[in-house]
Amino acid sequence: MAKTSYLEAIRQAQHEELSRDKRVFLMGEDIVASVFGTSTGFAKEFGTDRIRDTPISENGFIGAAAGAAMVGMRPIVDATIASFLYPAMDQIISIIAKSRYIYGGQAKLPLVIRACLFYGNSNAAQHSDRPYSMFMNVPGLKIVVPSNAYDMKGILKAAIRDDDPVLCFEDGTCWTSKAELPDDPDFLIPIGKGEIKREGTDVSIIAIAGAVALALKAADQLAKDDISAEVVDPRSLVPLDKALILKSVRKTGRAITVDPAHQTCSAGSEIAAIIAEQAFDSLRGPVLRVATADTHPCFSPVIEKALYPSAERIVAAARQLVTARHATVV
Amino acid sequence: MNELKDSHSLEKYRRMVRIRCFEDQAEAIHAQGEIPGALHTYAGQEATGVGACIALRNDDYMVGTHRSHGHPIAKGAKLRPLMAELLGKTTGICKGKGGSMHISDFSVGSLGETSIVGSGIPVAAGAALGSKLQGNDRVTLCFFGDGATSEGAFHEGLNLAAIWKLPVIFVCENNNYAASTPVSVAVPVKDIADRAKAYNIPAMIVDGQDVDAVEAAVLEAVKSARSANGPTFIESKTYRYADHAVNLGRILLDRGAEVDVWRKRDPIVLYRGKLIAAGLRASDLDQIEKKVVDEVADALRFARGSDYPTQAEAFDDVFVERLPIPDYLNLV
Repeated sequence: MAKTSYLEAIRQAQHEELSRDKRVFLMGEDIVASVFGTSTGFAKEFGTDRIRDTPISENGFIGAAAGAAMVGMRPIVDATIASFLYPAMDQIISIIAKSRYIYGGQAKLPLVIRACLFYGNSNAAQHSDRPYSMFMNVPGLKIVVPSNAYDMKGILKAAIRDDDPVLCFEDGTCWTSKAELPDDPDFLIPIGKGEIKREGTDVSIIAIAGAVALALKAADQLAKDDISAEVVDPRSLVPLDKALILKSVRKTGRAITVDPAHQTCSAGSEIAAIIAEQAFDSLRGPVLRVATADTHPCFSPVIEKALYPSAERIVAAARQLVTARHATVV
Repeated sequence: MNELKDSHSLEKYRRMVRIRCFEDQAEAIHAQGEIPGALHTYAGQEATGVGACIALRNDDYMVGTHRSHGHPIAKGAKLRPLMAELLGKTTGICKGKGGSMHISDFSVGSLGETSIVGSGIPVAAGAALGSKLQGNDRVTLCFFGDGATSEGAFHEGLNLAAIWKLPVIFVCENNNYAASTPVSVAVPVKDIADRAKAYNIPAMIVDGQDVDAVEAAVLEAVKSARSANGPTFIESKTYRYADHAVNLGRILLDRGAEVDVWRKRDPIVLYRGKLIAAGLRASDLDQIEKKVVDEVADALRFARGSDYPTQAEAFDDVFVERLPIPDYLNLV
């Protein structure tokens, strides 16, 4: 079976759901031309009613997605780059996250907002954000962060079929990664279910989005030092598969969270807090966080890349934890 | 007047009186602390809400604001669940989770009454887009105040409605003040309707105290929207009697004699005069008022007799599936 890229997985997931359900439609800026190739050819196949180019008007069309969802449509919004969600914060938070609640369940908002995490390529601070953790602080939004093409296809299809609003963050560092994709039209990965990407016994590395690939690379290196790392991919941040994370940490006794977001109040920080609260008795050392420092992504490539998590930083954190174990044994 | 026309007129009168009576009751019990939170009343603007909603079908959609008690009543909602909502009861239209600023009744076509100024406008455009994609002829009517027209959401929503020729009717209830700020301080045009010109949306200005005038304007807009001719903008010039919110303990804005001037053109008094002049019997109108008083009293009795939501209900409707209940509430 041919391997398919992460971007192509997005295209396939959307294509299958657009074909399956007439209520599904796609809108966003430049989606007919398809900037990243995730809707290439769609306008010709499905027509420009359902593949709808919008003005540069994020608060407008994201709000319109909410209205369309309330009357029975299932919109997908391609917000392109995650920073473009900020002009639409009012609609995302006050309308999309809260309408079902404040109207006592009368409203249903089955919609998906897709946004790329566009960091690491010298696009400077305004285009390089990884803002999923901000949205985790707002009840009412499901948040998914697929880390490979296989997960992307199954999770995005599940998101489009979900009856709640879902934010799908697509990590640009994963775009070219490839996997074999099932062609079963009902291939779905349930939202809220994480996965162990690599089994291990000495340390749990809970990695988010693009950091999963880094954690797997780090685990290879650690294996050479006889350190067995388990890599946990939550895949979705809301709801979060706490049981899977805690089970892994209880097994290994050590935890590192790896998150491309800025460290303060990051998803990795929240996961670290959950581990500290609920698995403290099984911990043999502190929960360590590998994240991005609380400064802005920089334009100059020489100094941008070192700010983000890397396999080397994960390896160093794992060694620190495991060495600490040896020290206490002595 | 023929019988059918009479009954339609009486229905408009009934709905306006219903709103006024509901608001008077709400303000009175809010003063005694029986209604928690902020209360923004609609008294004075009844002709706009009723004139607009009476021009719609039951299955047409409507989006409202923080000052929207009048809108569901105008569109035919039952009073019991509305009053229960104000009291925060589980029998409330939003199960006691929305309150005064969100008493939205989806069974009469409401898609929310949202208290972030202007935020309902893109939603209304989206609902109209949904109807268009579904190929039905439902229209969406969006209420907002003069203050909302300075929000980005207003301009983005109008732009989308115009470029996509969406079946939406924008009804600006210009009551002269955004909270305490006069329109003249916030808006550079004399008529807010002028703002629609920038989007090539046909606009009308109506006397918002005249329920028939509002109805006529909205009927024309509805006809245009149902015929796939796109949106219409209606500026309804009206007035709210109460301060921005009631029972604040201080006057936010002292409007002096201005309120009395507007009360001389009270929409209910005006319409009553018009109906009597047209030959309807005052006793019939009195009978309507009496019945409405009973309805509001019944709604209040129902609300008072209803239970508050259980603590566990705080975790319903965040998502379709109930959230887990945290241990600290000791509910398990």
